[in-house]
Amino acid sequence: MSIVEGPTVKGETKKSGVSVREAGTLHTTGRFKDLERAVMCKWCQWIQATPSSTAIRESVYMYPIIESVHVLALCVFVGLVAILDLRLVGASMTESSVTDVQERLFPWTMIGFGLMVASGALLFWSNPIRFYGNIFFRIKALLLLVAGANALIFHRTVFRSVNRWDHDRMTPWRARMAGCVSLVLWTAIVITGRLIAYNWFD
Amino acid sequence: MSLLAFFQWCEATRIGATIRGSVVLFPVIESVHLVALALIGGAVIVVDLRFLGYGLTHLPLRRVARNASPWLIGGVTVMFLTGIPLFLSEATKCYFSPAFWVKMAALAAAILFSVTVRSRVAAADRAGPASLKLTGLVSLCLWLTVGVAGRVIGFY
Repeated sequence: MSIVEGPTVKGETKKSGVSVREAGTLHTTGRFKDLERAVMCKWCQWIQATPSSTAIRESVYMYPIIESVHVLALCVFVGLVAILDLRLVGASMTESSVTDVQERLFPWTMIGFGLMVASGALLFWSNPIRFYGNIFFRIKALLLLVAGANALIFHRTVFRSVNRWDHDRMTPWRARMAGCVSLVLWTAIVITGRLIAYNWFD
Repeated sequence: MSLLAFFQWCEATRIGATIRGSVVLFPVIESVHLVALALIGGAVIVVDLRFLGYGLTHLPLRRVARNASPWLIGGVTVMFLTGIPLFLSEATKCYFSPAFWVKMAALAAAILFSVTVRSRVAAADRAGPASLKLTGLVSLCLWLTVGVAGRVIGFY
């Protein structure tokens, strides 16, 4: 990844709409690329140069430890989200109301979420230039946004009338849909997250 | 045949050689392995929290356990289906990796504990609070060891 090599990239951006992958740069082109370099790449370079970033990057144990915490937090968060999704789909815990599953598991889900975000942020902090340029990281970031949007839409729409179907084994189709979409998205997020470790397209 | 010779034979199998020879196979199988880990995580944690007196306390313990068990069994099945090919691709490395042996021991203990003590305590649902907490704690610790040791195999 050569977003550090500012000067060599500059000439390439004039080729608007042309892929400049050969130059080892990011795949975006045109105006967006100028903006990207001005904001995101500078930002990544700034993080990469901080003493804390260097410390994690150069330590033998820090990265593996943080990564292990990330994987375990994933078990808690994604695992418990999956239980709720399975309830929405009608595939598990159907003897309980939806809100009971959601509310009773919520604090534990949030502990997992907090650990996952904190450890994930530290992993990114340790080598932002590499992560930012990694295609799997970008796909994962996008999928995370979609998963967030899915949860938000679910809570703002069909979940508002939960009182009417809280105890139903068969929830409304929009709730089942939200559960399915969430299961698929989190599966994809775990897979792309693991693949960030490989630099096939860097 | 010594154990090491058996591991070397595993590594020489066609499946092992195919995965070793491919750039994408190992990462892809490993990713699915990780998805199954998350599923096991959910199915184990939701029941063990109930053992400890947290989470789905409005349901009887045996119902929580019964609802979670197909997902635990499914997750463990996917784990074996993906874990065995991963092992075949680097069996000799595993033989010399302490983390691998820790993981196998913890996995055997976790499965044994689940099908004997844990499932019986859950089905009977009349153990004292101390026994319940101990059961949940032992189960969580065993599965935690499986997860951490599994991650460490990748580092050394």
